[in-house]
Amino acid sequence: MALDEAVAVTGATEIDAVVIGAGPVGLFAVFELGLVDIKTLVIDILDRPGGQCAELYPEKPIYDIPALPTVTGQELTDRLLEQIKPFGAQFVFGERVDELQRGEDGRFHLKTDAGREIVAKVVVIAAGGGSFTPKRPPLEGIEAYEGKSVHYAVRRMEDFRGKDVLIVGGGDSALDWTLNLAPLAKSLTLMHRRDEFRGAPHSVEQMRALVAEGKVSLVIGQVTKLHGETGNLEAVTAKTSDGAEQRLAVNAILPFFGLTMKLGPVAHWGLNLNENLVLVDTEKFETSEKGIFAVGDINWYPGKLKLILSGFHEVALMAQQAHKYVHPEKKLMFQYTTSSSSLQKKLGVK
Amino acid sequence: MVKLTFVQPDGASRTVDAEPGVTVMEAAKLNDIPGIEAECGGACACATCHVYVDPEWVDKTGKPEAIEEDMLDFAFDVRKESRLSCQIKVTPDLDGLTVRVPAKQF
Repeated sequence: MALDEAVAVTGATEIDAVVIGAGPVGLFAVFELGLVDIKTLVIDILDRPGGQCAELYPEKPIYDIPALPTVTGQELTDRLLEQIKPFGAQFVFGERVDELQRGEDGRFHLKTDAGREIVAKVVVIAAGGGSFTPKRPPLEGIEAYEGKSVHYAVRRMEDFRGKDVLIVGGGDSALDWTLNLAPLAKSLTLMHRRDEFRGAPHSVEQMRALVAEGKVSLVIGQVTKLHGETGNLEAVTAKTSDGAEQRLAVNAILPFFGLTMKLGPVAHWGLNLNENLVLVDTEKFETSEKGIFAVGDINWYPGKLKLILSGFHEVALMAQQAHKYVHPEKKLMFQYTTSSSSLQKKLGVK
Repeated sequence: MVKLTFVQPDGASRTVDAEPGVTVMEAAKLNDIPGIEAECGGACACATCHVYVDPEWVDKTGKPEAIEEDMLDFAFDVRKESRLSCQIKVTPDLDGLTVRVPAKQF
């Protein structure tokens, strides 16, 4: 969804509310905002909805969702998507909101890492543990090499042409890039801690064939040290599975060790924080900035519990206040979905 | 109660009481043992509760299952005695278990 639009972003998208994060709480925010006539656009850095539920434990049962004695992370995500369908939220995947500022007209101006611009009346931060970012191997001095010789993603394959490339990891990313970069690179070494790979069996076979042909070298071991001046990598020291040390001359590394969560750009939006969590009140779940809300795992208030069900409660109260900003002229009447014909109309059940 | 000892990279160690049935990760978190992050909360989905089981105890704690072995691919400085502490259940058999906390959890 992101890729086709990343090329040419023309003008800003205008919307009532932007929800940052498509995890369970972000998705349910669409529901509660929808009930009070607030149109939403949801942005997530991952390429699909579900947040941690889909990324970390899609198959694990969750036992503390009211009325669902057991539900997996993926099922919960799917059910929420079904529940919010009537509200026709827009979704943007694979992008991270980098900038958030209040414009002269009082609305919020957001910009993603793909250059997409959005203008919204309210912003709901439902970013969970923060944005998923590639894990950085805790090797001494690695920061200096990042962007120059150490890359966590392949932006342009051409950048690796003619280089001595080291790919570290045993999953699909490591295997796919081994297969794709081997023809371009001067030399390609794949390093993994064990001689078993998690990636697709077909990719493993192809990789093994390249190793047999001498086009890829496979090292079973782990990187322990980086060598080179001013960010230009010259070699790495690796500890092989038998405990021996080996020096490999390489000038580019692609480490693939999965994702971790970092607060990321949210930390720079001028919101009051408490140990990397966004401070909110417990009446509206509003941050120190009026019109910006924080719900779910990313917020903090006295007594906070990082439970999905707490996040659901938070979005319901948040929506009441959001309504005041988005529809200041309208009085909000409290209604039940079981009896209100206007709510039922919005839900498409009447 | 079962005694568990956590040894830090600098050699400092602490012995705590754990109820049989909890995981070694949970016992560490309950006792504020530094260096056990458990970012995913024990779902075997993050590899930030990595520990080295004392070689003398490896037989008793057993070998990691395939899913844990896969997840250990995401840990740093993995060794033969590496385990994810959220996957070791405390049993009376493990009374006296010693595990070492790695220098870094990634």
